[in-house]
Amino acid sequence: MSPFILKVFSVAMAAATVPMGLTAIGRNGHREPHPAAMTVTLVPGPITYPLPGEFLRNGRPQANLRLRRQFHEPIEIMTYQVSVSDYADCVSAGGCQPAQETRAIPSNAPVTGVSYLDANAYAQWYSEVTGDDWRLPSDEEWAFAAAERFAGEFEGVENDASNPARRWLTSYKAEVDLNRKPDPLPRSRGSFGVNSQGLADFSGNVWEWTSTCYVRTTLAVDGSVASSVDNCGVHVLEGLHRAYMSNFVSDGKSGGCAVGTPPDNLGFRLVRDHSGWASRILGGLGIV
Amino acid sequence: MITRREALFGAAIGAAAVAALPAFSATVTKADIRGLAREKIKLVAPPFVHPHDQVAKGGPKIVEFTMTIEEKPMIIDADGTKLNAMTYNGSIPGPLMVVHQDDYLELTLINPDTNSLAHNIDFHASTGALGGGALTLINPGEQVTLRFKATRTGTFVYHCAPGGAMIPWHVVSGMSGAIMVLPRDGLRNDKGEPVKYDKIFYIGENDFYIPRDDKGNFKSYESAGDGYDDIVKVMRGLIPTHVVFNGKVGSLTGDNAMKAKVGETVLIVHSQANRDTRPHLIGGHGDYVWEQGKFANPPAKDLETWFIRGGSAGSALYTFLQPGVYAYVNHNLIEAVELGATAHFMVEGEWDDDLMTQVEPPKPVATN
Repeated sequence: MSPFILKVFSVAMAAATVPMGLTAIGRNGHREPHPAAMTVTLVPGPITYPLPGEFLRNGRPQANLRLRRQFHEPIEIMTYQVSVSDYADCVSAGGCQPAQETRAIPSNAPVTGVSYLDANAYAQWYSEVTGDDWRLPSDEEWAFAAAERFAGEFEGVENDASNPARRWLTSYKAEVDLNRKPDPLPRSRGSFGVNSQGLADFSGNVWEWTSTCYVRTTLAVDGSVASSVDNCGVHVLEGLHRAYMSNFVSDGKSGGCAVGTPPDNLGFRLVRDHSGWASRILGGLGIV
Repeated sequence: MITRREALFGAAIGAAAVAALPAFSATVTKADIRGLAREKIKLVAPPFVHPHDQVAKGGPKIVEFTMTIEEKPMIIDADGTKLNAMTYNGSIPGPLMVVHQDDYLELTLINPDTNSLAHNIDFHASTGALGGGALTLINPGEQVTLRFKATRTGTFVYHCAPGGAMIPWHVVSGMSGAIMVLPRDGLRNDKGEPVKYDKIFYIGENDFYIPRDDKGNFKSYESAGDGYDDIVKVMRGLIPTHVVFNGKVGSLTGDNAMKAKVGETVLIVHSQANRDTRPHLIGGHGDYVWEQGKFANPPAKDLETWFIRGGSAGSALYTFLQPGVYAYVNHNLIEAVELGATAHFMVEGEWDDDLMTQVEPPKPVATN
């Protein structure tokens, strides 16, 4: 990253919450009525968190690897999840399929009933409308942004090599002990409060799609990665607990795991991709 | 539990001596009935079953039950969908009542004046008067007592049948349950050898028909009567909006999952008062299954899935061989997963590698 870009970011970071104005210039040059999203730019920093996916060692499920990662660049992420009215603009512009949502929900509530594919369609449309590059956060970006609201992997409690059922039973009990009651109806944005990063509604009753694929990793005896197989037909969702769902699923309940309380609702928020932004600015300046 | 009969006979009389008493004939007189021992049973809500002997001690008796009908709103899924429920004793299904063959089941049915509808009870196990329905119709503020002789063994449905269009409506509003009439000498397998259970669970399956608004959302109504016209329209389509065990989606999962241990033998009684169903224990079997529910017929062995006809109750006996979390479903999997007919068993114990083992865990496909 060039010093020039860092300087731009440091300005943005000074104001924790950055309202981006109420109009945006579309790719076709017309002024669009779509309100630009409020964002927060997060100062680079470290994160230690359990990687998503499934880990095997000696043929046995393992606790997810916990890795320390260092973000070297700021992350600019939407303060709120994409709302019902935000998404409706994409639908009426022909960029998105209607959400699979029939309930009466406040228009400023997060959009729900959206799949990974829907979220990506919105990101593409929104990027075109704003001229910026918007995309889903990766799982680790989401974890970093969620900060103390990040819950992560629900891990088995026991791991008895001679009795695989111990893990199933203890995990089931642990999920029961969480005593999470269904909380189906999405609420107006901000209802679940703001975290230490100044970001709203993490880990409320809307789970959020990430750009991270499901991956199964086999570890060698020394704990290093021996092999891994990605399944990008399934993506990671984050919220009150981590979930994995097929890209086309828009209903948390039907896409959820067979046991335990599944996600109440599926939604998303986006990050503004600074590498794209940077290259565009640099390109505009004739630098690239 | 000390029963009244046990109290009458006194503790000094052992089970063997009691069992030696002659069986009562089918032609007892009213005087004979007056002389019978009485036992008063306190019912418990499903999936649990009141304490009972599997092999009868002593001769036939009069077994007294009381059920209060409760009309009340009940939530039937995680989205908070409301059913204006009608219940026997406050639960869907109503409680399982257990007696032995040749016992007399004496039920006092109470319809409190807080209810708004007339109700009755039709026992499939009974003989005559529309299963007792013609003798038990009571208005809010009334109660009635019916006695019938349990002549045939097996599991049998009971349900509300207050006439005409009220019958299916009351049933799909929750008014059904089951009774179990055990042979006096207990259950027998296909070879006639005695079998017994360590635990018994009663699962009542219900189909519900909740109307939707123009957007497709479930509607709710102030009272049962307010919803009647809309509900009948959905009922006539014959496609339920919910197919659930014990009154709501998830009523037998999580905290309420049924519990057993490896080596324990469990009898699962399953009733469906209105519609066919096909129970299946995922990862297990039915060792002995009385699919039609009647113990005079030898049980089928080693079933994978069994068929419970609408309007009947069957039972399956199974000894758990492997620990884990088992799903017990209606194996129309759309009904199990999308409409709600799933229960869980949590089974503790030692894993049997001989029965199953993962020879090789998942790994990348081998390439040369």
